[in-house]
Amino acid sequence: MATFRIKRFNPEKQPEPYFEEFQLDIPDGATLLDCMNQIKWTLDGSLSYRMSCRSAICGSCAVKSNGHALLACQRQAEHLVDNNDTITLEPLGNMKPVKDLVVDFTPFWDKVNKIKPYLEPKEEPPVKERRQSQEEFLVIDDASTCIMCGACYSDCNTLEVDDNFLGPAALAKAQRFVGDSRDSKTLQRVQDLSEPGGIWDCTHCAECVERCPKPARPFDRIKEIMTVALEEGVHNNNGARHALSFTNSVKRSGNLNENRIPVESMGIFNIPGLLSLIPVGLRMLLKGKVPPILHHSIEEVRDVKRIFKELDQ
Amino acid sequence: MKFALFTGCVAKGATRELMLSTTKAAEGLGFDFVEMKSASCCGAGVVSEKSPLLADALNARSFSIAEKQGLDIVTICSTCQGTLKKTEAHLNESKEYKEKVNDILEEGGHQYNGKTRIKHFANILATEEGMARLKSRIKRPLTGLKVAAFYGCYVLRPSERSDFDNPDNPTGMEDIFEALGATPIYYPSRTKCCGFPIVMMNKDASLGMSGNALQDAIEHGADVVATGCPLCHLSLDSYQPEIELLQKKNQSIPILHLPQLVALALGYTPTQLGMDTHIVSTLKINQILSGSHSAAH
Repeated sequence: MATFRIKRFNPEKQPEPYFEEFQLDIPDGATLLDCMNQIKWTLDGSLSYRMSCRSAICGSCAVKSNGHALLACQRQAEHLVDNNDTITLEPLGNMKPVKDLVVDFTPFWDKVNKIKPYLEPKEEPPVKERRQSQEEFLVIDDASTCIMCGACYSDCNTLEVDDNFLGPAALAKAQRFVGDSRDSKTLQRVQDLSEPGGIWDCTHCAECVERCPKPARPFDRIKEIMTVALEEGVHNNNGARHALSFTNSVKRSGNLNENRIPVESMGIFNIPGLLSLIPVGLRMLLKGKVPPILHHSIEEVRDVKRIFKELDQ
Repeated sequence: MKFALFTGCVAKGATRELMLSTTKAAEGLGFDFVEMKSASCCGAGVVSEKSPLLADALNARSFSIAEKQGLDIVTICSTCQGTLKKTEAHLNESKEYKEKVNDILEEGGHQYNGKTRIKHFANILATEEGMARLKSRIKRPLTGLKVAAFYGCYVLRPSERSDFDNPDNPTGMEDIFEALGATPIYYPSRTKCCGFPIVMMNKDASLGMSGNALQDAIEHGADVVATGCPLCHLSLDSYQPEIELLQKKNQSIPILHLPQLVALALGYTPTQLGMDTHIVSTLKINQILSGSHSAAH
């Protein structure tokens, strides 16, 4: 017998959410969604959650189980039982609960719409379909597997502290168009995506890759957009300057010049940005934590420079 | 046990106390760490923003250096560890890609064959031999010290490309704390991001992340946070006086590098481990440890 500890919320009856426990024998081979259905059908018909296809295609049944987002229909319940024979279920994070495990996806969809999730083609429509080669399709294949379940959005570390961030799902969707050989707006797209709240606000934690139930791997897609943005010359922002400064430092010396990178990332004409570095710089200086003023190269740095040259970097 | 030490840039720069304490911890444990002086920066997932192939070629070159020495690599930075493991995965996922990278390395006399394992300092301690060494060499058990691990997200995720530990419920660092005689504190934020990667792009969000993590550790009763990542250390320690959340409540919490914590238990003094160079005072740790010692006697 397993305990399902479910976060309940019904603002019409009680303003604060609370946990309720249900006991259920997990049937052999039951998914988490099967168990949720059993609870709803046999124990408490008022339990609310979204579901539809039961086949990890529709993306409706994402919930938090034991603190992390997943698709309820895709996971064996037995595998989720913790040491206390319990599965804790909560609504997805970073979105407002509506009732029980149902959350309001409005900001999620607003952000998906914001990245213009449609093709802006180069030419007038042809008589037949717009063809892509196998190679061209592979660039957008992973992103196109996204089922918009919101698991990545729920657990995104940046979104927990900044709801201006577009978030992993919208950015993965953006890569699907940035990388599309038939699209004409690549430069405009990467310019828009380099604004605050875009690609450079991603903190690299890969929580989204861990939660993604498909091969969409949003963080990998975000990095692909970054590469395109740098190639397209969209350099007038701290994220791009940081990537260029970092790479140039490795090119020059094989390692990081930590004294240069913060200044170059901010941009030498960005007075408020440079001033914002002073408090932490002073604190570290007073404790002797400042990196050596004379920056040393690694041994055999010539070989590192040769690799940069060979790759035209 | 001999390893090629991939120091990473930050241990040689802004957090030199990490290098200092690693040397002491290795000495105390009888590990032979040979510094890889010709290895380049791991790229920290930033060089790969510019060019994924460039980042992988540079790291494959570092692997080749250790391979020639017949040594496994030990890292002392979660960011280095996670980044190197990603390159390793890319090289092993495709034979064609590996050949392409090896073609780039050839002129420099390097070749990647996949013989060198890449392990974080916590990984080599968490082995049977590491634990046995640790337990037999402890001179000053950290009794009474409540330590909260902060893993550093690169080392945990994506888990398909990092075999460090269970990404959602890791225990490697807490097992080490217990072996040292300390009390591990489990709290939800221990596997989260410290925010450092975006401190130059979105400082408020970055400090929000580190602030939430520290608040979580404090609320769960931690005396100190120990991390396996010097970038987390910069975020949690150097920026701590700017974290509004803690300022409002007039709170602070010392942050240690994992090798400092280990070397403390091996009998080294805080000054020998560079703990006096931290932004947040670590004196509280000594007070707790001397308190528990005098109580025990």
